Amino acid sequence: MLANQIGYFSLILGLFFSLFLSGVSIRNFYDNNKKIDQKVLALSFLQFFFVVISFLGLIFSFINSDFGNETVFNNSHTTKPLFYKISGTWGNHEGSLLLWLLVLTLFIFLFLLKSNEQPKKYRILTLLFQQVIIIGFFLFILKTSNPFNYLFPIPEEGLGLNPILQDPALAIHPPILYLGYVGSSIIFSAALSAITQNYISKKWAHHIKKWILVSWICLTLGIMLGSIWAYYELGWGGFWFWDPVENVSLMPWLTLTALLHCILVLEKRLALTSWVVILSITTFTLSMCGTFLVRSGILNSVHTFANDPERGIFILIFLFILVFLSLGIFFFFHKENNKNINRIFWLSKETSILINNWFMMYFLSVILIGTTYPIFLDVISGQKISVGPPFYQKLIVPFLIPFLLFMSLGPKLNWVKSKIENKFELIMLFIISAFLSFFILRKLSSDLLFNTILISSAFYLFFITIKDLFIKKFKNFPQSVAHFGFSLLILSILFNSIFSFEVITNIKVGEKFTFKRGDISFEKIEKNENTNYNSIIGHFKINDNKGKITHLKPELRIYNQPIIVTSEADIKITLFSDTFLVMNTVKGKKYFNIRYQIKAFMVWIWISVLLICLGGLMSLFKKQYEK
Amino acid sequence: MYGKKVKLRALFLVLILTSVILSVFLILQSLKENVVYFQSPSEIKDLVEINKKKIRVGGMVKEQSIIIEVDKVNFIITDFINEINVTYSGAVPNLFAEGKGVVVEGSLKDRNYLVATKILAKHDENYMPPEVKEAIGEK
Repeated sequence: MLANQIGYFSLILGLFFSLFLSGVSIRNFYDNNKKIDQKVLALSFLQFFFVVISFLGLIFSFINSDFGNETVFNNSHTTKPLFYKISGTWGNHEGSLLLWLLVLTLFIFLFLLKSNEQPKKYRILTLLFQQVIIIGFFLFILKTSNPFNYLFPIPEEGLGLNPILQDPALAIHPPILYLGYVGSSIIFSAALSAITQNYISKKWAHHIKKWILVSWICLTLGIMLGSIWAYYELGWGGFWFWDPVENVSLMPWLTLTALLHCILVLEKRLALTSWVVILSITTFTLSMCGTFLVRSGILNSVHTFANDPERGIFILIFLFILVFLSLGIFFFFHKENNKNINRIFWLSKETSILINNWFMMYFLSVILIGTTYPIFLDVISGQKISVGPPFYQKLIVPFLIPFLLFMSLGPKLNWVKSKIENKFELIMLFIISAFLSFFILRKLSSDLLFNTILISSAFYLFFITIKDLFIKKFKNFPQSVAHFGFSLLILSILFNSIFSFEVITNIKVGEKFTFKRGDISFEKIEKNENTNYNSIIGHFKINDNKGKITHLKPELRIYNQPIIVTSEADIKITLFSDTFLVMNTVKGKKYFNIRYQIKAFMVWIWISVLLICLGGLMSLFKKQYEK
Repeated sequence: MYGKKVKLRALFLVLILTSVILSVFLILQSLKENVVYFQSPSEIKDLVEINKKKIRVGGMVKEQSIIIEVDKVNFIITDFINEINVTYSGAVPNLFAEGKGVVVEGSLKDRNYLVATKILAKHDENYMPPEVKEAIGEK
């Protein structure tokens, strides 16, 4: 009870300090001091501190299973393991918003600490824009989603957390993803502040690049964690389903990636200034839109904790205010920078980054239309439709070919005017890639030509980045690592989709099912009792035609609070393929439904995403020792 | 007549505009082909023509209607006014059960018979997709 009280009052204190901080910084903005007032820094710390206390209060309420708190009652249970009691804190609507607020206040405090070299007015204005967002979130939480609501009389037992959320990957997925989303809010505020102060410069680009990198890395990792979870927990046997909820996280990622490349042009050449600002605004808007769509119950998913229209409307209004504010500022203060007359050379790094941006925007519009069109159609005509994976695949996959080719050659160019060197070598590499792809794919019956071209271009990027990694050491190591990671990602995804194999059947205990490549025997089932669930473990023996025997034990868990059946896939991971078996049951039937899959190169998908993040990390730390 | 810069800018604009128009056209075209409509069993009864296009059907799984065989699952979806028979071979999600809401994707053989390729998973026992609510005429 005490923790709950402390949490609630800290939250109100936090809002109080937040308002006070805004007042002090407005005064500080207009005074003649060259430096930022120490009070601003102190207040910003206090704002963060009280949100931390508030968040800790909520965590303690969860740990102590204080069911007098409505959020805890709705989302926790005494038999839940401690780890999931803690992660349950952000596994619900109210708690996750408090986490969002926590990251917001942390980031603005860090921003103030880390931006000492920047002009005072720019720093304060960034803080002020950020305060608008922070205060908005404070009000949103206190008004519509208070995590500290009382329940009286105090219930004996809570309702429990949806078992599919009780998972280590999902425990850290929201915090990491939020770091990315919230990081984009700092970029948003900083870009607006910089344009108002006419401070968009190389120095600014250098400083904001770090924030872009941080949020980009976190967003990438966050998306990957969600994807890993979907792979082993949902039992759909894949890692990406073009589900609207996945799409809304991919959209800000695309704009952020575009921004990450553009900021380099700004840093080196002071070009594309307006475009950088537009991208900053778009990234943040997309992050907020994602939150709105996911939280408001418009998209059906595990992320939709409650369908409360008031919340949706609040976010929508808040979003509109922010978008209009930012667009207003952009058009009012936007000045054509004529001092720097840029001469565009067609063959330059600049152009290649523009091409990268064109692709990013194209992918973005495909996903945006695919995700929002059904919603609009429903609102306008009441017609219910859905847009499935074929739509995205058809529009995105063919464009990967030019994208990969440009990506292979683009980084080779110089900033201003350049020509392609070592033409012979580049052509040779392409021929090798093409032969290799054909050799690998020669047994493929359908779409041989298309797949060969696609995989050749992926191999091309792969070889070129490998060559750069080893030969042109330290020239731009982080970039080569990230691009190498990307080529590996595309290759793994392509091989995964081409060489994977699946059998689905219904089977009774003791039976044997024979298919083209071998047979599966369902040997027995075993029952186990755990504190918060009972499990049925199936023992399967898989014989493949080559004589290899695999034992797999997928599990069905029947959770007691709330009563939900989940299936835990059994996955044997090897370097070249994952063997995946998941089992399901239909109430009251003797048959078990099993799905057996060989997923080629699955583990490389995760490794390559990690490599991409590693490239980002290296770039983040690179500048520090160089200077 | 015009400076080099202006020409360049115009060229740039034209390039961007054409590419935008082209991609929007491409996206809309492909949207038309790949959209999956949602229909209730009653709406299917009223269909004028049956085509092979994929649709989604939602409603309740009729009590006592699930029959499982080695290679397929048969069941009936009802909106309490009309029914449709479904045959499905593929992975069955955990929350699929008699008397519960369901959404399936597949193509119609005739007005009473659907060959499903996918049963859409739900994440929550108590959660009822809005389409299903509407299909069974939410009380």
